[in-house]
Amino acid sequence: ARSGTVGQALLSILSRGDLTESDWEEIEETLLLADVGIGPTTELMDTLRTRTKVLGTTDPEVVRGVLREELLALVGPDMDRRLAATPVVGDDGEPHPATVLVVGVNGNGKTTTVAKLARVLVAEGKSVVLGAADTFRAAAADQLETWGSRVGVDVVRSDREGADPAAVAFDAVKQGREAGADSVIVDTAGRLQNKQDLMDELGKIKRVMSRQAPVGEVLLVLDATTGQNGMRQAQVFADVVDISGIVLTKLDGTAKGGIVVTVQRELGVPVKFVGLGEGADDLAPFVPEEFVDALLS
Amino acid sequence: MFANLSDRLTASFKQLRGKGRLSEADIDSTVSEIRRALLEADVALPVVREFTANVRERAKGAEVSQALNPAQQVVKIVNAELVEILGGQSRDLTFAKHPPTVIMLAGLQGAGKTTLAGKLGTWLKDQGHTPMLVASDLQRPNAVTQLQVVGERAGVPVWAPEPGNGVGDPVAVARSGVQQAREKMHSVVIIDTAGRLGVDAEMMQQAVDVRDATDPDEILFVLDAMIGQDAVSTAQAFADGVGFTGVVLSKLDGDARGGAALSVRGVTGKPVLFASVGEKLTDFERFHPDRMASRILDMGDMLTLIEQA
Ligand SMILES: Nc1nc2c(ncn2[C@@H]2O[C@H](COP(=O)(O)OP(=O)(O)OP(=O)(O)O)[C@@H](O)[C@H]2O)c(=O)[nH]1
Ligand SMILES: Nc1nc2c(ncn2[C@@H]2O[C@H](COP(=O)(O)OP(=O)(O)OP(=O)(O)O)[C@@H](O)[C@H]2O)c(=O)[nH]1
Ligand SMILES: [Mg+2]
Ligand SMILES: [Mg+2]
Repeated sequence: ARSGTVGQALLSILSRGDLTESDWEEIEETLLLADVGIGPTTELMDTLRTRTKVLGTTDPEVVRGVLREELLALVGPDMDRRLAATPVVGDDGEPHPATVLVVGVNGNGKTTTVAKLARVLVAEGKSVVLGAADTFRAAAADQLETWGSRVGVDVVRSDREGADPAAVAFDAVKQGREAGADSVIVDTAGRLQNKQDLMDELGKIKRVMSRQAPVGEVLLVLDATTGQNGMRQAQVFADVVDISGIVLTKLDGTAKGGIVVTVQRELGVPVKFVGLGEGADDLAPFVPEEFVDALLS
Repeated sequence: MFANLSDRLTASFKQLRGKGRLSEADIDSTVSEIRRALLEADVALPVVREFTANVRERAKGAEVSQALNPAQQVVKIVNAELVEILGGQSRDLTFAKHPPTVIMLAGLQGAGKTTLAGKLGTWLKDQGHTPMLVASDLQRPNAVTQLQVVGERAGVPVWAPEPGNGVGDPVAVARSGVQQAREKMHSVVIIDTAGRLGVDAEMMQQAVDVRDATDPDEILFVLDAMIGQDAVSTAQAFADGVGFTGVVLSKLDGDARGGAALSVRGVTGKPVLFASVGEKLTDFERFHPDRMASRILDMGDMLTLIEQA
């Protein structure tokens, strides 16, 4: 599903021999269609023209290689993309579970991602506790609980609809700590970044959680279908809860997720995982080379 | 850096102020600014191409107005073109001659279908209808529970004979739902379905089977306003796959510009009927093409200026 017609178009342009002006346009369109955005695309095209001029070539293979290289440089091949999932010793000298907070806008795959992460950690032999801090959306805690039983981990939730999400997050970390769990992963309600009250609430969730254990990882979930608004999402969430990694979901569809090129460049926050389906096993590490090849192929 | 298209156009026309005419060169630079603005608003590339071509034509033939400077004149043309495309055949819901009216919801994962079922239920109930919701998403964990909670909040009954979470046949549930509605004299049936990808042939076939089993009066395609260039392939896949009669744009309470509205309209020709503007059951309204047009290009102020001219 990941090699679309766009990519084939690019391949055929690039194997056509010398590049004409309309070939350049088509290369530009490939990037635009992948949601890379007009700003970064224009910069990339300028770099590409300059570099191929310096190289004195219009050899399609070389041009292709250069574009791939530039994109790779943007998505940062040398970043640490591991999940911070090892228990830590806090300032108090006590052992704490590694805590992960999962955030993002509505419906982009947070709850499913929490389950997938739990699955990965359980497979590594770690003990995991999940916190259902989405107390808002209809049946959100039930959804996480179903996932918890599927992947075999405990879920801390409130049985009261509309309970304080920060309190649930606090309880989850506390119970994880008391049970000697290796990791606690907290699911939060989807929220649009322009809702100030909801963003304040998220800041509070993180602060309250960190009274039990330092929050080791804040993962922003981004839906691969997201267009240019994804950058705004990343900026605002980063301001409020200082995100440490990105999970790019729904990459099993036709969307290429090109918005993360800009996000990673602007914020320097690495994409750590990609979501490739609705099942518990459909999570993979983000591999920059694979991502760029899919973008161009 | 200019915040929006109006500013950019105004700047690019600064030296022309007072001239009051659109030369070929004016039009060229304008069209490239418009292209940029549309792309920043996530309007899909093929639609951008067609749109800018139309604007170019109209700008060429435009009558030179005394009251407006060139920037205003172009903005006016762009806006008129946008409103025309977005609103072309705006219409109400189609109701069945012999109730129940069947409305099927379809769309990508997480687009806002289940929430919409509750909103539609509320809205229709307020208008004196007696809607019923049908839980045909038996796949997503606790989708059935979610719809039940939504139905309870809306005070609308929910037909949920199967527990879901992978158990039960969504087609059978949809069919029995319509049967139930007929027996219990519900005037409208709203069928919630599982989210699916355009490229998932098996799931698309399931949607077709639900459709064929219930013969809907409306199939509403629910689309997240934050979607980017993928709007085209997805809208096309649903149009070709199950077919739809109208579009609901969701999450318009966010700050995405919502170019998808234009993309889906441009690609499938189907009208956007409603906007979803929040998580609450009442965050739901009819779609306003004029508001959407100025939102896409962020042209609010300029339009006010033009109206005053
Ligand atoms: N195809 C595909 N679907 C996914 C993926 N991840 C999640 N989904 C689906 O997307 C929908 C939303 O997923 P959730 O995990 O509930 O999303 P969320 O962000 O928790 O949603 P809210 O809590 O309502 O904001 C569900 O139907 C999931 O099955 C993915 O990687 N690929
Ligand atoms: N802010 C905002 N959130 C919305 C809107 N519509 C739906 N949502 C939220 O988006 C998320 C997904 O909504 P659902 O109704 O579960 O979406 P769905 O299409 O049924 O998802 P699947 O069944 O998993 O495919 C939830 O968190 C909803 O509360 C809207 O108009 N604005
Ligand atoms: Mg969730
Ligand atoms: Mg649903």
